[in-house]
Amino acid sequence: MRKGYITGPVLGALWMVVIATTIAVTMSFATGAAFRPQVLLSLIWGAVAGLVYVRFPARHAPARLGVSALLGLSCLTGFGPVLIGSDTTLLALLVTVISVALVMHVSLAAILKELPFGELTRHEYEDAVIRFCTGFGYIFFTAIVIIPFYVMVMTSLKSQQALLQNPLDFSVDLSQGWALLRSYTELFRDFNFGSYLWTSFYVSCLTVFITLLFSVPGAYAVARFRFQGQKAFSRSILLIYMVPMIVLALPIYIAFSLTGLRNSILGIVMIYPVTTIPVALYMLQGYFRGLPTEVEEAGLMDGLSRLAVIWKITLPLSLPALASVSLYVFMIAWNEFLLAFMLLDDPSKFTLTRGVTMLNSSEIPRQHLMAGAVIATVPIMALFLGLERFMTKGLTAGSVKG
Amino acid sequence: MSSATPPTGTGALAKREARLAWTLLAPTIISVSLVVILPLLAIIWISFKPFTLSDLRPPAPVVRESLRGSGDDLRIEYRLRNSSQEIAIQGVTLSDVLPDGVTAGEVAAPCVLDGQDLFCDFGALEGGQRERIRIPIEVDGDPDAFEELVEESEPDVTGSGPSVLTNFEFSLENFARVFDGDEFWGVLGVTLFYTVFGTIGALVMGLFAALLLNKSFKGQGFIRGLYLFPYVAPVIAVAFTWVTLFDPFSGSANALLVQMGLSSEPINFFGERPLALIMVTVFEIWRYFPLSFLFILARMQSIDSSMYEAADMDGASPFQKFWLLSIPQLLGILSVLFLLRFIWTFNKFDDIFLLTGGNAGTRTLTVNVYEQAFAVSNIGAGAAVAVVILMCLIAFSFVFFKFISREEGL
Repeated sequence: MRKGYITGPVLGALWMVVIATTIAVTMSFATGAAFRPQVLLSLIWGAVAGLVYVRFPARHAPARLGVSALLGLSCLTGFGPVLIGSDTTLLALLVTVISVALVMHVSLAAILKELPFGELTRHEYEDAVIRFCTGFGYIFFTAIVIIPFYVMVMTSLKSQQALLQNPLDFSVDLSQGWALLRSYTELFRDFNFGSYLWTSFYVSCLTVFITLLFSVPGAYAVARFRFQGQKAFSRSILLIYMVPMIVLALPIYIAFSLTGLRNSILGIVMIYPVTTIPVALYMLQGYFRGLPTEVEEAGLMDGLSRLAVIWKITLPLSLPALASVSLYVFMIAWNEFLLAFMLLDDPSKFTLTRGVTMLNSSEIPRQHLMAGAVIATVPIMALFLGLERFMTKGLTAGSVKG
Repeated sequence: MSSATPPTGTGALAKREARLAWTLLAPTIISVSLVVILPLLAIIWISFKPFTLSDLRPPAPVVRESLRGSGDDLRIEYRLRNSSQEIAIQGVTLSDVLPDGVTAGEVAAPCVLDGQDLFCDFGALEGGQRERIRIPIEVDGDPDAFEELVEESEPDVTGSGPSVLTNFEFSLENFARVFDGDEFWGVLGVTLFYTVFGTIGALVMGLFAALLLNKSFKGQGFIRGLYLFPYVAPVIAVAFTWVTLFDPFSGSANALLVQMGLSSEPINFFGERPLALIMVTVFEIWRYFPLSFLFILARMQSIDSSMYEAADMDGASPFQKFWLLSIPQLLGILSVLFLLRFIWTFNKFDDIFLLTGGNAGTRTLTVNVYEQAFAVSNIGAGAAVAVVILMCLIAFSFVFFKFISREEGL
């Protein structure tokens, strides 16, 4: 197995399949025309390319460039790695040919590097395999993450007929101008999404505020004070993590029905923080433990009371942690679906997630549902991308919770 | 000179500290126990009761008031009925104030009139029983104007039936129903498949993604952010996107498969029996691999690099370094993650509910709670399933604490 003339063709063949599939899928999603990867032909072409690449180890050897160019051109004949349908535009054809040749050359040169033709050392062999796996991993993960979001955004811009006619055609007609966004304007005009957006926003903010109000003193007490039952308390926080929401939702539904709190924002604002307090408590106490006690003790010596120490010393020191916790709690509250679904029936009081659920019916066209999904996703994504550092920290600290 | 002895017992300072600690914890403890402990007790209570969705409204007397007749034969009618067909209501009374300008005639048996105040005492109302009271009246002026006046003033009715929730009759009927037949074992099997494969899949994918990003290069932060998208996006958004993507008629995934010649006709991914379960498991893996990825990456970056340098000096190959260095170092976090994710996947409800609604052989225990309680409208049976889930969780958490206290020193 550890021979250049075996490793090269094998990796080349497998890589050709990966590249052919990737390009075919990308082109299909971009143009809606027919592109099909040919697995068997790809294996053969890839093996030939791999053999040439190990035989001529210079980075941009003419033979390497030649075989890649041949690969690209072969796509025009029907015997190439990618089969192109007959109704394709010239531009798409050109893009496919060039990208097959170019991507294949660049990536295969990066994977096989200057792999010798004959006997390989263990390091050379494993490094080549790892480079292959890395390349595959990047393509694979990027594809599975991006495709659903791409479909979500593009579907929201299409019309029902266009979708049924060719579900693959995501090309957008930019000449329509603002009419492209008609699903969104209809959602805001006819389905009251502006108000849902606002409800979700202030419910989430209130949840963050109440959660911090309760969990900061609690976390401080758990982190700093020694008292009986401290360990039991820490454990029960973790235990509460593990109680499934649906089990709690049932009695809460009954209690809210009996007391008339169902169908009110007040009920939602009362219940959301309680689901997030244990998470916040857990995250914050971890952070408080890491703060040096000396600063606080100095404050105590200077005559501050405990509460003043928390307010004047601990909290300013833990601002980054508070930001992480707030963001995380905001995300949980914004994304919360089950309680909103069970407790809210009145369309004037819906949160965004509840509003989107309402769009999932056979009478409402798909693009409206997808536009609703985009509206729900964009704010949290913007927040996430803008404050990625805090968010990642918050996720790592708190996401024992699913 | 007396020898100095260390203080024993708790001193005043320690007591004060403990008191402050409990004061700071009190709001959290109270609110959490109100919303967590109390409902848990409630659900155990309900699981032993024949309680259906309609019992949420206990039987109550319903009254309608109207002005009937014309001229001399003018009368106010109260029609009273028991909202329940089976259960009797105790202590039913009706009181109302007749509007000014109305003079009542003779008032019949259960009612008495004191000035303009009308009071009727019906005692008990059997299930489905109806009562009608006619009060002949005379009005000064236009009867039509009074019609509104009369019908506007709502009479007060009292009376309450027994609530199933508060009595002390218990039955095991709900549990019998839940465990009855093959259905329960089917549901349990689906839950286990979903949990085991969802957890392992997410861990393996997370490990793979973490290996990819465990080196610094330009754009590493961006890709890390990108790979977290599935987890950060709202579950409704991504679940509905998956449903749209895999739709048998207008789904892009099916169109792609057909075009590539992998399948001759569209596949109903979320509607066929074994496939739907696999798809929801794949969704679970897709949505939660970012989480394991984040944890594993954080642990990887804290592994001491001198170990790898030493291994390099000894001539270890990349695979050897992975198997003999990285994996043993990651074993701790992997097992903690496995346990946590196992419990969380076991608890998952939203994802399956949104993707298939529990149809096509994807009904897990949590979805079954909802199905029993709301689709079959038997809250008692739903509660019984919930109690079964709780039992499983108690078992899991024993394992968890035994394990995690060894791993993390918690």
